[in-house]
Amino acid sequence: MVEFLEFTLEGLSAGMIYAAIALSLVLIWRGTGVLNYAQGAMAMFTSFIALEIIYVTGNYWLGFVSALAAGLVIGAIAERVIVRPVTGKPPLNAVIVTIGLLILVEGLAGLLYGSNNRSFPPAFSIDGLSIGSVALGITRNDIFTGAAVLLAAAILALTFRYSSIGLRLRATAFNAPVARLLGVRVGRMLTLGWALAGLLGALAGLLVSPSTFLNPNSMDTIFVLGFTAAVIGGLESPAGAVAGGLILGVVLSYAGGYLGSEVVNLFGLAALLLVLMFRPTGLFSSAQARRV
Amino acid sequence: MIRSHSARLAGVVAGLAALSLVAAACSSSSSGGSTSGGSSKLTASAPGITATTITIGSHQPLTGIAAPGYDEIAPSSNAYFQYVNAHGGIYGRKIVYKYLNDQYNPTITATDVHQLILQDGVYAIFNGLGTPTHLAVAPFINSEHVPDVFVASGCECWNAPSTLPDTFGWQLDYIREGKILGAYIAQHFKGKKIGYFYQDDEFGQDGIKGLNYEIPKSQVVAEESYDPTNTKIAPQVAALKAKGAQVVVSFSVPAFTALLKLTMLGLKYNPQLVVSDVGSDAITLAGLLAEFAKNKTAGFGNSLTQGIITDGYLPSLGDTSNSWIALFHKIYEQYLVKKKFPFDGNVLYGLAVGYTFVQAMFKAGRNPTRQDLINAVNAGIPQASAVAPFAYSATDHNGITGAYIGIIKNGALVQTTPVYVTDDTPTGAITTYSSPQPTAPKSGIPSP
Amino acid sequence: MTSQVTEQVEVPAAPRGRLDWLNRSTLGRHLAVAVAGAVILYLISVGLDAYRDYLMAEVAATVVAVAGLTVLIGLSGQISIGNGAFMAIGGYTGALLFSHLHWPLALIIIAAALVAAAVGAIFGVAAARLHGPYLAGATLMFAVALPFLANTFANQLGGDQGLGFFVTTPAFLGVNFSLQRWQAWVNCAAGLIAFILLANLIRSKVGRSWRAIRDDEIAAALAGLNIARLKILAFVVSAAAAGLGGVLLAIFNGTVSPSLFTLNLSIQLLTAAVLGGLGTLAGSIWGGALLVIVPIYLEDVAVGHGFASQSTSAAIPILAYGVVLIIVMLAFPRGIQGGLNRLIKKKGSA
Repeated sequence: MVEFLEFTLEGLSAGMIYAAIALSLVLIWRGTGVLNYAQGAMAMFTSFIALEIIYVTGNYWLGFVSALAAGLVIGAIAERVIVRPVTGKPPLNAVIVTIGLLILVEGLAGLLYGSNNRSFPPAFSIDGLSIGSVALGITRNDIFTGAAVLLAAAILALTFRYSSIGLRLRATAFNAPVARLLGVRVGRMLTLGWALAGLLGALAGLLVSPSTFLNPNSMDTIFVLGFTAAVIGGLESPAGAVAGGLILGVVLSYAGGYLGSEVVNLFGLAALLLVLMFRPTGLFSSAQARRV
Repeated sequence: MIRSHSARLAGVVAGLAALSLVAAACSSSSSGGSTSGGSSKLTASAPGITATTITIGSHQPLTGIAAPGYDEIAPSSNAYFQYVNAHGGIYGRKIVYKYLNDQYNPTITATDVHQLILQDGVYAIFNGLGTPTHLAVAPFINSEHVPDVFVASGCECWNAPSTLPDTFGWQLDYIREGKILGAYIAQHFKGKKIGYFYQDDEFGQDGIKGLNYEIPKSQVVAEESYDPTNTKIAPQVAALKAKGAQVVVSFSVPAFTALLKLTMLGLKYNPQLVVSDVGSDAITLAGLLAEFAKNKTAGFGNSLTQGIITDGYLPSLGDTSNSWIALFHKIYEQYLVKKKFPFDGNVLYGLAVGYTFVQAMFKAGRNPTRQDLINAVNAGIPQASAVAPFAYSATDHNGITGAYIGIIKNGALVQTTPVYVTDDTPTGAITTYSSPQPTAPKSGIPSP
Repeated sequence: MTSQVTEQVEVPAAPRGRLDWLNRSTLGRHLAVAVAGAVILYLISVGLDAYRDYLMAEVAATVVAVAGLTVLIGLSGQISIGNGAFMAIGGYTGALLFSHLHWPLALIIIAAALVAAAVGAIFGVAAARLHGPYLAGATLMFAVALPFLANTFANQLGGDQGLGFFVTTPAFLGVNFSLQRWQAWVNCAAGLIAFILLANLIRSKVGRSWRAIRDDEIAAALAGLNIARLKILAFVVSAAAAGLGGVLLAIFNGTVSPSLFTLNLSIQLLTAAVLGGLGTLAGSIWGGALLVIVPIYLEDVAVGHGFASQSTSAAIPILAYGVVLIIVMLAFPRGIQGGLNRLIKKKGSA
């Protein structure tokens, strides 16, 4: 029983990280209609920036904020320089360009920081928490991670639904020419979408890097699982991203704990296919407006 | 005029025979061993060998998921070669070490090795790194009759003289290591519950095999594997805890040893950790764990490694009185400090295996063919910086045969047992090896 | 005097001559191109050294896999980031047949493609209802998860070590015939045959139906096309081509192991298909060649300049490759073949 509790809590805490990546993917998809394959790599890069700031200033939170700011900037630059030229072109061009960006960013990180694993400080203590004598298997840092991701998801959801910026972002993704006619500064919305997604990705990187150690490839697997989580939840909603992340995290945790590491990815695939068989556009997607 | 015709013919035949004898004597390279007559000319006796250079190749993961730590090995070997080159080289020839980045991807490994052998014509492939990567190319290298020496992997698959006659291992193989660790555990942790944590590939599986040869089955309560692409190992560690393992034996790479330790902290689980040499380098571990101190207490990483039991087949880095550590530290200071490497287990490995190669090349002779190098290793390489002898013979292509057990104290490995040697069979005995380790030569270069 | 008042109407004369049949027979045309291609490839292969023959074999295997993907994406409008998994299926099937049943090489190659096709059918059925990013996600996870079967069934599939597949040059070529040249010949021959089949398929009714689905699925359904069956067929064809590429990879590589078929491979196939020019077989040649040759070229330049001896500088050719991908994609929005087509059109209309 204790084991089950531990597996569940671990799954939820891992799932929060997948949810963070999923959130940034959902944001870019809903805001700009592109899938950003470099999302994980960009998160890795901003984490390196955080690490440098932390070394120089000795202050974790300064590094934290710098990473978020760097995420904004890098996201915006990526959109303007690399993604904007391919808007209006065949949609797969944007995929290839982001793949090129992924390779570029990982290569750049390798060049600047080397391939070695770097220790990354957690925001809070990693000592296990317990109720009485029962170790729960989660730490203060895990709780902070969960809270941060939920807060980000809530802000994102509220922004999309209730604010004018959210409306403009959605309008840009849905039909950019019409949105332009209605006075939406489409270019700015695209850049903003990517900048915010960069911030979310940076957050994910900060939260997960302590437990993956930081190296140019450390976000690769996290990205794949975050992408899967986004698809499970449906790319339409922040709530879906969080739900998808948590579900995936828990399923993988049970698989790894009860059955072994070889089947973890197979179970991830099974979970994905199962969801997509019944809901081809993910769990939380709204009615199929575009398809007959 | 039949007589003169046949005489002329006989004369021509005799002349041709004489000429060919002379030509054969002049052009055939010496068949191994040192030729008498000290100042014999250096010739291009084999592909990759010229009068002034010996070119060898390798495939190494310089970037990518296997790069952490392992990217230090080839530059370290190269540093030793540069040292030798600066002090007379190998019979006057300089070693040129061309190692290519295969990103731990066997397709790239195959392309790299094809390029090195077919295009660059290297003399030998040296220290090819990685089990799945090198397995992809070992048959090809052997089919081209190129020496494949001192593979950087502990798989016992390199010991296959019948199918891979040109391939030789070097480091203590994982089965032997498992046996040595297993015997220690069986002796010192009688009756305790043992759990395994291992990488789900050749390395981990072979290690477990060795452990199981020595640890009674009844003691093993859990076997949890991990996949190196997935750092979420908390479920496996929770499973180990749930089964009550009091001793956890870990065949893991350093990142996952560190993660294991961190996860145990999160689960408030504190079993005795016994870790394979592959994943127990105290300096690497301390570095990985350093950032988790609550108040940045100095040496926090070291305190988290305190008490880890492991094995070692090279002298401990902390044993500064050891002549090999002193020699290698000197070379590190001269060539590797500027690369910002710490003087850690990977650097030591690279220097030590480079030394073995130089030993083998000296034994191969002044104008060696490729077969001469193979013969030299088959005839046995004397023990040097390793704590146990090599197994090399015509019927055994395994390298180092034993190790000592040690415990990490204050960030350094402290030897606590004598050196044990064994083989990789299920019932082969583990015996104590008490011959003292030879001292390093003053010049730092093996004698020819 | 004939009257010049009547308008001279240009009636193009019916084509006449011995090669007339070429214009009317798709298969004939494709066969002729294939024969010409075979001659060219043969001449190239004997002109190259052993290492470059090996690269030729690698390019051929890659091009075949990319060709299947470009048909899937460019013609039927479905995406897959999982064709590396089908390559794995083809490669492992080939290795298993080779070591257990010792079939002749040609039979092994065909069987490997067919097995991959069968799995493609199963996956196609599961994926038929998915679109866009959801299909991408499903194929992505498929590519990630499938190699782990090698560890789950370690005894039969060799686990991490993989399986060997050591072709030898056939006796009739002589003992000293270069193995690499033989590998190049086998791979190129298989590739040409695959191209003939794909080219015929593209020009056939099936190809036209695929394009209809790609352009407007709803209209195609209304026009009476069986959407699901056609989409599954596209998946089958791309899986077969990938499986063929996989067994050809096994042939020149000598072994198959899980680490050969990572997600990265699937992503690279996608990249090659798009950069080469979606939907065109010529595009798959550009893409496959780019995918194999450019990283090697960049590495050579780096090694030549002394970068590549350390993990920091070794990252430079990788970084450069990312830049190359971005620049090529920005410069050729319709892929390299698309760019060439535009050039030809411009020249033609000039």
